[in-house]
Amino acid sequence: MSQPTKGFSRRAFLRGSGVAAAASSVTSTQSASAAIVPVPIIAGETQVSLTVNGQKKTVTVEPRTTLLDTLRYQLNLTGAKPVSSDGSSGASTVLVDGKPVMASTTLTVAVSGKSISTCEGLKDGDIPKAFVSNDAQQCGFCTPGFVVAVKAFLNQHPDATEEQIRAGLNGNICRCGTYANVLQAVIALVKGNQNG
Amino acid sequence: MAEVDYRWPENHKMRWIGKRVDRLDGLEKSGGTAKYTYDVNLPNQLIVRGLGCPHAHCNVLAVDISEAEKVPGVVYIHRLNAPGPNDDPVEIRADGTLLVAVAAENEAAAAEGVSKVKVQYKLLDAFTADHDLQSAEANGRTKPAGGGIELDEALGEPGDDEDEEEWENKVMQHLFDTSAHVVEGEYGIDSITHCCLEPHGATVHWVDGKLKVYLSTQNVSQADDGFAGALEITADDVDVTCDYIGGGFGSKFQPNYWGIAAAEISKVTGRPVKFMLTRDQELKIAGNRPSGYIKVKLGADANGVVRVWDSLHWGTSGFNGSTVAVGNIPYVFRPKSFRRKATGIVTDNEPSVAWRAPNHPQACAITQTAYDDLAAKMGVDSLDIFLRNLENIDTPEKAPVYAEQLRIAADLINWRKHWHPHGKGKKSGAVVEGLGIGIHKWAGTANSSNCLLKIHADGGVESYCGTQDLGTGTRTVCAMVLAETFGLTLDEVKVNIGSSTYPFSGASGGSTTVGAVTESHRRAAQDALAKVLDLVAKKLDVSADILDAVGGKIVARDYSGKEMTWKQACSLIGIQPLEVNSSYARGTASPLSSENVAGCQMAHVAVDTETGQVKIKRMVAVQDMGLIINRKTAESQIYGAMIMSIAAALFEQRINDPKTGVFVNSELADYRLPRLGDIGNLVVHLHEPESERARGVIGLGEPPAISGCTAISNAVCNALGVRVPTIPLTPKRVLDALRTAKG
Repeated sequence: MSQPTKGFSRRAFLRGSGVAAAASSVTSTQSASAAIVPVPIIAGETQVSLTVNGQKKTVTVEPRTTLLDTLRYQLNLTGAKPVSSDGSSGASTVLVDGKPVMASTTLTVAVSGKSISTCEGLKDGDIPKAFVSNDAQQCGFCTPGFVVAVKAFLNQHPDATEEQIRAGLNGNICRCGTYANVLQAVIALVKGNQNG
Repeated sequence: MAEVDYRWPENHKMRWIGKRVDRLDGLEKSGGTAKYTYDVNLPNQLIVRGLGCPHAHCNVLAVDISEAEKVPGVVYIHRLNAPGPNDDPVEIRADGTLLVAVAAENEAAAAEGVSKVKVQYKLLDAFTADHDLQSAEANGRTKPAGGGIELDEALGEPGDDEDEEEWENKVMQHLFDTSAHVVEGEYGIDSITHCCLEPHGATVHWVDGKLKVYLSTQNVSQADDGFAGALEITADDVDVTCDYIGGGFGSKFQPNYWGIAAAEISKVTGRPVKFMLTRDQELKIAGNRPSGYIKVKLGADANGVVRVWDSLHWGTSGFNGSTVAVGNIPYVFRPKSFRRKATGIVTDNEPSVAWRAPNHPQACAITQTAYDDLAAKMGVDSLDIFLRNLENIDTPEKAPVYAEQLRIAADLINWRKHWHPHGKGKKSGAVVEGLGIGIHKWAGTANSSNCLLKIHADGGVESYCGTQDLGTGTRTVCAMVLAETFGLTLDEVKVNIGSSTYPFSGASGGSTTVGAVTESHRRAAQDALAKVLDLVAKKLDVSADILDAVGGKIVARDYSGKEMTWKQACSLIGIQPLEVNSSYARGTASPLSSENVAGCQMAHVAVDTETGQVKIKRMVAVQDMGLIINRKTAESQIYGAMIMSIAAALFEQRINDPKTGVFVNSELADYRLPRLGDIGNLVVHLHEPESERARGVIGLGEPPAISGCTAISNAVCNALGVRVPTIPLTPKRVLDALRTAKG
């Protein structure tokens, strides 16, 4: 849907200190009078500004809207995939200020003002190319999440050994069984000292 | 024009076929721009979520949707397996069955709507103990699932006055009494789910009375029939598109009732609809593989050649109550005398659907474990027992192929160096290592396929075929065949697949796709090339018989130097493109494709006897597949199949609560699958002696997914000297088996 629907969900969804920091940096379209001091309540639709793949974006979301839904339904960035609601598949991995997070378990309001990198933002880099040349994909549904995870991993471990690669990329599930090829792709990237 | 002689080029002339080629749609996949069904967003679309039944067996008495309708953003609520206000209760036989579907403006509103639906249930007795034959019998949950006996002809026939069954029993008893070695064992393999990472589902909309469907499907060409039949329209009013599919494995052949519901909701609301299953629903209702448990007794001669087999196996395929097909038992090995019987168990689970190599992995795992236990009992090398028993297999002509493959695999895993008698390996702390084998077979027959090929006057080449890419690399193999035939590069040909508006091509199931599409594409390309060569022959004033398409040119082989570029040749076609429709019908004898392959896998594992954890050190797959089209993607298929075998051998299982029957591990955090760190070192050997290669293309998806599980189980047994009877070999099961052995 390109346009969010208005006129519903006026209730508070987020309470508690865990979201206080995020809440303080967003601009609510609703009256703030319902806020419970000292923890603000976010209610209704809210405008959030973020930087996605280097471009500034403003989106209108509900407090409960996940970053994954925002990317997929509002920004037409469908590389991050909805595979598990608990983040255990790694298929929705994106980078938030350079750190890997699961977009499926991250609220959009919690990343207000932050810089998001999705797989699409990495598509011209070396990682997707290494995935292709090592055939590290079959059906490809898990692949974008894996590509982002590899980016994050190589940022931390540009000279990773094979042992480190085997130990460090266990957050992503592939059902087709491309792990052997992903391993080869990452080894090739390290050898080329290219991390996308 | 002479009749076209369909065949592959001679080996030394192949420029594309058999080479390692990057998949053509690779960057779309790894760059995140490939659009799967779940990724298709249509303007003004509704998002649908289903409410799954939380009980394994119940009656749904009433459904109250009034609160759900009040949820902001909820637009429409559709009944699936739920009674209307004055209807009789609806019986539900599987946890997760969709009761109602809530259509809303976005995912969150749909989910909230689902949470507000109130349902009255009457719980019924649930039974899911598929491993427990006695309990199933006591609960009236069994169904006969076939069986029979075959005895060595040398044993004669019953006399005219003898009861046949009594005579058979007597003969079987005699065979066991006179066997040098007798093994009795129980083995099993639990049910697993398909767990496609892109859940089943569809995005649909109606345009001028026609249904346009984006469907995550393995069956582009026939899914329109499924929609048409259910919606009482004709298939010409349904167009199905699937550019990319996020995992299939045998479960995505039909629109399914939720796909039909998407079309119905779209019709009622007048809006496009996206209806994808949740993860929990995907695991519970979108596909599972039957379980199999066996009680077996085998008798062997002094050399360890099995001469008699007697088995009863059981398991479940869900509430329709079948089990692993009895015809596959014993698997590959076929002693001269055998009796087998199968019992299906009716459980309150969703019915099974085809899973990669239906029946074979289970049959292998409950057969060849017993053969390995024979080796253990005799204190003989398992490899020798497998080799010796090749004298009695169900495809005797394959015995030399298996023998060669076992030899190659043994070298690659260094069998003779690492093997030790079962349970006699050196312990390193609490860790012991072991080796195991499995062998398998598969048909891999090419499916029917049609190809529309267009050659334009400017040299452009494009094909249209209603096939799909499950991850096999379908687009790439089609392009390789076209480029090979026309002497072009891959970027000079364009392959169009993934639409039911294209010529029919069979479903991708049973390792039938690469055979199918290479048949139709090679035939179309050869047909079209013959026409082009006729035009060129006239122009160059030579016989078409001496013309070759090579290196972007049409060249005369007579050393006359006569040639023209591909583009010049195509300019002779005229204004209208040259169009060719070529077909292959499944089962037609052809030099391009064939069937029936052999393969073997070996595993080297390390088992921690204190934690019960099994680690894969190395696995080797040796696989015959006839003529290889794309070496790179062929290898990937095998790597993937080996990893799936690791998954089934060590990690994944459907766990039902014994009291309620509820599938308790239906989220990915709990439904364990291997991760990158779990795979050890995998070695793939493409077994392609000229005798196999000359047979043409044979499907590859299924065969390497069969015997890996068995190889791992046998390796664990070799390490421990104790059989862990049921797969997956979880740490608890390993420790339980060790405890039982200690007594």
